[in-house]
Amino acid sequence: MNFSDIYTVFWRDWIVLDRRLGKFILSRMVTPILYLVAFGWGLGRGIQMNNGSYLDFIVPGIVAMNAMNISFNSVASPLNMARLYYRTFEEYLIAPIGPASFVIGKILAGSLRGLLSCAVILVLAYLFGASLHINFGFLLVLGLTSLLFGAMGLIAAMRINSHEDMANFSTYFLLPMSFLCATFFSTDKLPYAIRLVIEFLPLTHATYALRKLGAGGEAPWMSIAVLLAYTVMLIGAGIWTMRHVRD
Amino acid sequence: MIIIDGLVKKYGDRTVVDNISLEIGQGETFGLLGPNGAGKTTTIRILTMLTKPTDGRIRINNWRLPEDDLQIKGTIGVVPQHLNLDIDLTARENLDLHGRLHHIPGAERHKRIEELLEYVELNERSMDMVQTFSGGMKRRLMIARALFHRPQVLFLDEPTVGLDPQVRRRLWDLVRRLNGDGITVLLTTHYIEEAENLCKRVAIMDKGKLIALNSPAALCRRLGEYVVEWNEKGSTEYRFFGARHEAVAFAGELSTDATIRRSNLEDVFVELTGRKVVGL
Ligand SMILES: Nc1ncnc2c1ncn2[C@@H]1O[C@H](COP(=O)(O)OP(=O)(O)OP(=O)(O)O)[C@@H](O)[C@H]1O
Ligand SMILES: [Mg+2]
Repeated sequence: MNFSDIYTVFWRDWIVLDRRLGKFILSRMVTPILYLVAFGWGLGRGIQMNNGSYLDFIVPGIVAMNAMNISFNSVASPLNMARLYYRTFEEYLIAPIGPASFVIGKILAGSLRGLLSCAVILVLAYLFGASLHINFGFLLVLGLTSLLFGAMGLIAAMRINSHEDMANFSTYFLLPMSFLCATFFSTDKLPYAIRLVIEFLPLTHATYALRKLGAGGEAPWMSIAVLLAYTVMLIGAGIWTMRHVRD
Repeated sequence: MIIIDGLVKKYGDRTVVDNISLEIGQGETFGLLGPNGAGKTTTIRILTMLTKPTDGRIRINNWRLPEDDLQIKGTIGVVPQHLNLDIDLTARENLDLHGRLHHIPGAERHKRIEELLEYVELNERSMDMVQTFSGGMKRRLMIARALFHRPQVLFLDEPTVGLDPQVRRRLWDLVRRLNGDGITVLLTTHYIEEAENLCKRVAIMDKGKLIALNSPAALCRRLGEYVVEWNEKGSTEYRFFGARHEAVAFAGELSTDATIRRSNLEDVFVELTGRKVVGL
């Protein structure tokens, strides 16, 4: 692992993003606006959650979900294409850089996209009237969430051998997580067995932690520790996968 | 310098590289020939560490593969058979990325980018996205990219496919020049005259096996330096002779017109790999 190699890998993704930054930000506004209108204004008007508005309740959920989806897809989809279709991935395999540098550079670049799109949502949520405390802890949780799902995207991109199966992965894993991991509702009323499963998923902890910190509560160390563990584990698994990617 | 010893590659039950041993000296331009699917690209992919061998030992410039992979990667340049440029980047950015990946410092990198863009005549298009390039332009850029970090060993997998005749000749000149600088070149091509022109020695591969290895002239001699070529029932027939007078005598006895000429590497290739396209 070498810092300048990490930067090189990141640099390539950055110039691609920089060229279409305006378009990227604009496109990232669509989904959150729909969520905010539907759930914040439409559905949420009459609902009170833990003495706060429903809007304040779901914005952390939407942010966590978005960090997951954008970080995952920013790495997974282009990297899968680069490996299977455009073959540009070979340029990195032939280059004298270590596998960890590539993995970390790619994950950082994907996380950056995740974080930028979260910033877009937070600004929109503020305009819609949500009130959130954004402090260091909040950003830390968001950072970890982006990194861990970026790493998951990298592993998926390396392991999955068709573009269609990539889409299936999203349908079978990311979509259920989007809905179940306490994003739109509190999991208190779900059956115990389902709650147990949900408690294991990283997005649940991201949502919990962001909700707690966003409401000005104290740091939820347990959830932060779980996110950190997932991040370290998935980045490690990503490096391992990269080492064994040749056929 | 490349030393290959007992190289085997299997995909499932199929052996696509079958126990190849080969030594290519430093500064040699070596041609690897063979019909489609012979295993040329697979061999090059193994040498460039894109594919794992099933068995065998490989040394490149005294580094061992795969133990010294970073050192080897730093000394090799590769033009792959398929296009693999980054289409989200401009021509200049593609080269820049490559230079960064090879740890070439900023000032030198920029100088080198100009030099190479000039060399492959893409300087006017350097700021254009690679996506907008023609096939031959993309291939020229790949050649520039492979040369960027001044590799000691160069792998060219059908580098001249789709190039116009001028560019092809310039590439030939380049390979000769690199050769003079002591750079080892491993080249595959389906243009047999290209190998004949450039390579002191060639190997012919078929179905994963090396079936011939020598200088083009020696291979022709083994086959017979003279060919009689004639038409019979719509297909072209050949016969090889060691001496001119034998060929002349044979042609004289044929009932149809015949051509007598010197044999070339293409004759060797067709004769050894034995897959004539008959009756088409
Ligand atoms: N990833 C792979 N999985 C399975 N089989 C493969 C794979 N890559 C190559 N092969 C097989 O290996 C054999 C050799 O292919 P290779 O590309 O090395 O041939 P080649 O000599 O370069 O041919 P060409 O002249 O057409 O480029 C072919 O039968 C091919 O189907
Ligand atoms: Mg090939």
